[in-house]
Amino acid sequence: MTNVNLTVNGKPVRRDVPDTTLLSDFLREDLRLTGTHVGCDTSQCGACVVHVNGKAVKSCTALAVSLDGAEVTTIEGVAQGRELHPMQAAFNDHHALQCGFCTPGMIMSGIDMVNRYRAAGKDLDAETIRHELEGNICRCTGYHNIVRAIEDAAARIQGADAPAHAAE
Amino acid sequence: MTEGIGARVKRTEDRRFITGKGKYTDDIRMENQAYAAFVRSPHAHAKVTGIDRSAAEAMEGVVAVLDGHQLTGDGIGNIICGWAITSKDGSAMNMGAWSALATDRVRYVGDAVAVVIADTAAQARLAAEAVEVEYEELPAVTNAEKALAEGAPQLHDNAPGNLIYDWEIGEEAATDEALAGAAHVTELPIVNNRVSPNAMEPRSAVAIYDEADEHYTLYTTSQNPHVARLVLSAFYNVAPEHKLRVVAPDVGGGFGSKIYIYPEEITCLWASMKTGRSVKWTSTRSEAFMTDAHGRDHVSKARIGFDTEGKIVGLKVDTIANFGAYMSLFSSAVPTYLYATLLSGQYDIQNIHCNVRAVYTNTVPVDAYRGAGRPEACYLVERLMETAAREMGADPAELRRKNFITEFPHQTPVIMNYDSGDFHGNLDKAMAAADVAGFDERRKEAAARGKLRGLGYSCYIEACGIAPSAAVGSLGAGVGLWESAEVRVNPVGTIEVLTGSHSHGQGHETTFAQVVADRFGVPLNSVSIVHGDTDKVQFGMGTYGSRSGAVGLSAISRAMDKVEAKVKKIAAHTLEAAEDDIVIEGGEVKVAGTDRKMAWHEVGLAAYTGHNLPPDMEPGLKEGAFYDPVNFTFPAGAYICEVEVDPDTGVTEIVQFTAADDFGTIINPMIVEGQVHGGVAQGIGQALLENVVYDDAGQLLTGSYMDYAMPRAWDTPFYTLEHNTTVCPNNPLGLKGCGEAGAIGAPPAVINAITDAIGDNDLQMPATPQKVWRMIQATQTPIAAE
Ligand code: FES
Ligand code: FES
Repeated sequence: MTNVNLTVNGKPVRRDVPDTTLLSDFLREDLRLTGTHVGCDTSQCGACVVHVNGKAVKSCTALAVSLDGAEVTTIEGVAQGRELHPMQAAFNDHHALQCGFCTPGMIMSGIDMVNRYRAAGKDLDAETIRHELEGNICRCTGYHNIVRAIEDAAARIQGADAPAHAAE
Repeated sequence: MTEGIGARVKRTEDRRFITGKGKYTDDIRMENQAYAAFVRSPHAHAKVTGIDRSAAEAMEGVVAVLDGHQLTGDGIGNIICGWAITSKDGSAMNMGAWSALATDRVRYVGDAVAVVIADTAAQARLAAEAVEVEYEELPAVTNAEKALAEGAPQLHDNAPGNLIYDWEIGEEAATDEALAGAAHVTELPIVNNRVSPNAMEPRSAVAIYDEADEHYTLYTTSQNPHVARLVLSAFYNVAPEHKLRVVAPDVGGGFGSKIYIYPEEITCLWASMKTGRSVKWTSTRSEAFMTDAHGRDHVSKARIGFDTEGKIVGLKVDTIANFGAYMSLFSSAVPTYLYATLLSGQYDIQNIHCNVRAVYTNTVPVDAYRGAGRPEACYLVERLMETAAREMGADPAELRRKNFITEFPHQTPVIMNYDSGDFHGNLDKAMAAADVAGFDERRKEAAARGKLRGLGYSCYIEACGIAPSAAVGSLGAGVGLWESAEVRVNPVGTIEVLTGSHSHGQGHETTFAQVVADRFGVPLNSVSIVHGDTDKVQFGMGTYGSRSGAVGLSAISRAMDKVEAKVKKIAAHTLEAAEDDIVIEGGEVKVAGTDRKMAWHEVGLAAYTGHNLPPDMEPGLKEGAFYDPVNFTFPAGAYICEVEVDPDTGVTEIVQFTAADDFGTIINPMIVEGQVHGGVAQGIGQALLENVVYDDAGQLLTGSYMDYAMPRAWDTPFYTLEHNTTVCPNNPLGLKGCGEAGAIGAPPAVINAITDAIGDNDLQMPATPQKVWRMIQATQTPIAAE
């Protein structure tokens, strides 16, 4: 058992956890944040993606004890109250989910992708999105609408940036 | 109407999924939860000679270690196949015994022999490894053709030669004669590769035994909770139906794999009674590859004959279907009534004969996977048509057109009676959208870049809306395939619809509500859909075979008829008008041509106060219906795939995929498009990437996402979709079904495109780069050694 202190969705969390506990299990079983899903045991499906210190991480590949002091955001922490994150709204608008199981991971990967490309000042086109999604499997949607949703969310987030740039 | 039938309404169920608030089975945790871990056979075939539980029992947190002798000793019944198929010699199929926990013999890698129940999942897993099982290895066989051979290892004593049945359909002599007289015969060996369904949510079960009431509850990843309850109760003797509640909450995809009642659910229920604890089990992905029912795995030889005009004169097919180690719930129906009955395709063929042998092997049981039999039929027919056209120097589209069925109803020689369709129209739309006319130019341009460009067609037909109960009963089905529904109008006018269909991604909460909103003119958000709980819904046969629309919604429609009739009676009585003059429009119940009316909710309130109802009318406003379809429905379409193959690497890129579908009435085009996207992606997966592989000893080589290639975003294109609607004449809403079309129609289109590109027809799925590269090497004229 090791004592870990971390911030999850903006709230401080302190727990004793066995050294072998994966972040995915810690979130699901200890914190009961069950929006983070586990779809495989070889780190290849991406259903478990969360953000650690602002970066996308497959939570099934990280040990909870290694995250002392970290800031973790899960799918439950993405919306601002009732207001959906633009990525969440775009998934709804474009019918980018069916069974919803891959969806939390897709949204977390999508947000991370948009953030990285924005920070680098690069465009996020459909082709790039498809390659960026290499770590996320969806069995239901055939990806068409997921790619469209991420494209659209990227545009919405860029659009929201625009007034800020204009004010500079 | 912006929310009714035909509207692109955004899904109302999305919110909980995009915010992480979905409620899947593994998200449920009971007080005092215990966890199950299974001890599984590492051998494909072995005798179990002993189980030593002592080490495991002594481990921390272990509640119980239970084995198959205890399970059968408590009277838990064997797992059954629910569709009896009779061999052509009149004998019954040979069903081998399948116990949820094996007692004396294991028949595939992953076959469960014992279960450990412990306080935590980690403790259960550790202890399961400490259970020592003694095995005496037996020779194994994984390939169906080899399993039929003389001297092959035998799996079940009551299935000599590993043969489950030897079944036929159609007239053999007439077909042979027609083929003998044909001007051209095309012959192809066709392998339909074994695939793993891979719903992204692994299977899971939470079983709860309430000792005081002797009552069980099972939360599980099921496409059909009532069928699960029926089978658990009637055949597995877990508990009588009134003492067993089955709930399928949010379910993360099924594709057929969650129809069946697996050993794990049975064992968890029984173990919860044995231990007095709620028992939970969630599959790992590795276990899923090892134990979820696989799909397809057919090996066929097919011959199709044409006259001098290019008209088909006969089709003869011989198929061997690999069933794995045991007969899963619907396995027997898949290569017979869901496969051979569709071999006429979209074509007018007078003579068809098909022989099917179903075979045991030391592999995971095989059952229905998205399309179930129809993809195998479509793949075979459409590979034959394309190949025949090339052999005869005919245009593949024209050869198809020459043979299309154009008049309906059309009786095929293999049972099916097609009720409607417009096959030329589908193909016209697909060809226009795919710009077939411009293909030669594109091919030249690709060649200039060093790429081989090809175009392939697939004109699929399938049978959905399963199925008329009396008809399937006469063919051996153990259940009726109707659907049930209940429509409750509350005193405030809001509506709850209880349906026996189950949504595990299909969006019923939205589409079903659209149909109700459309009918009564009430806002969509005043309608809620209740499904997936045997305590709430009266009964249901569940969701598979694209039946939720054609059968499930028809039941809702019938229940709405009854509600409407009662509403009109109440309104006529209250408004002092004739019933025939009452119309329901825009949320109001009116006397036609007058300003006399009641608001919808006023009728609801009147029904429940009972203060002023017509004499003899019971209070309340709630009606149920059981709907039994009169025929299958026949979605059909034309798919065109265009690929570019890199001759240096053998890599295929799908550059364009066009689908023109006829699904009958469309309730929500957005959701229908999503179904096609997903189905086509699965078809592309099967054609290019996916393949379950066992080695000769029966070890599963494709046991994780490292070895089993799932289609990812970069493997799939943006799809171009068209609709060409002919309304189904046989159900109230004119629906045909759309859930499986993509997975049925796509594989032959992809393979026909690749074979067109590389100029060699002898390609089997999956068309991996290595396979394609070798074929290109073999067909290219060898350059003379310098
Ligand atoms: S669960 Fe983490 S990648 Fe699959
Ligand atoms: S929506 Fe079901 S796996 Fe992606």
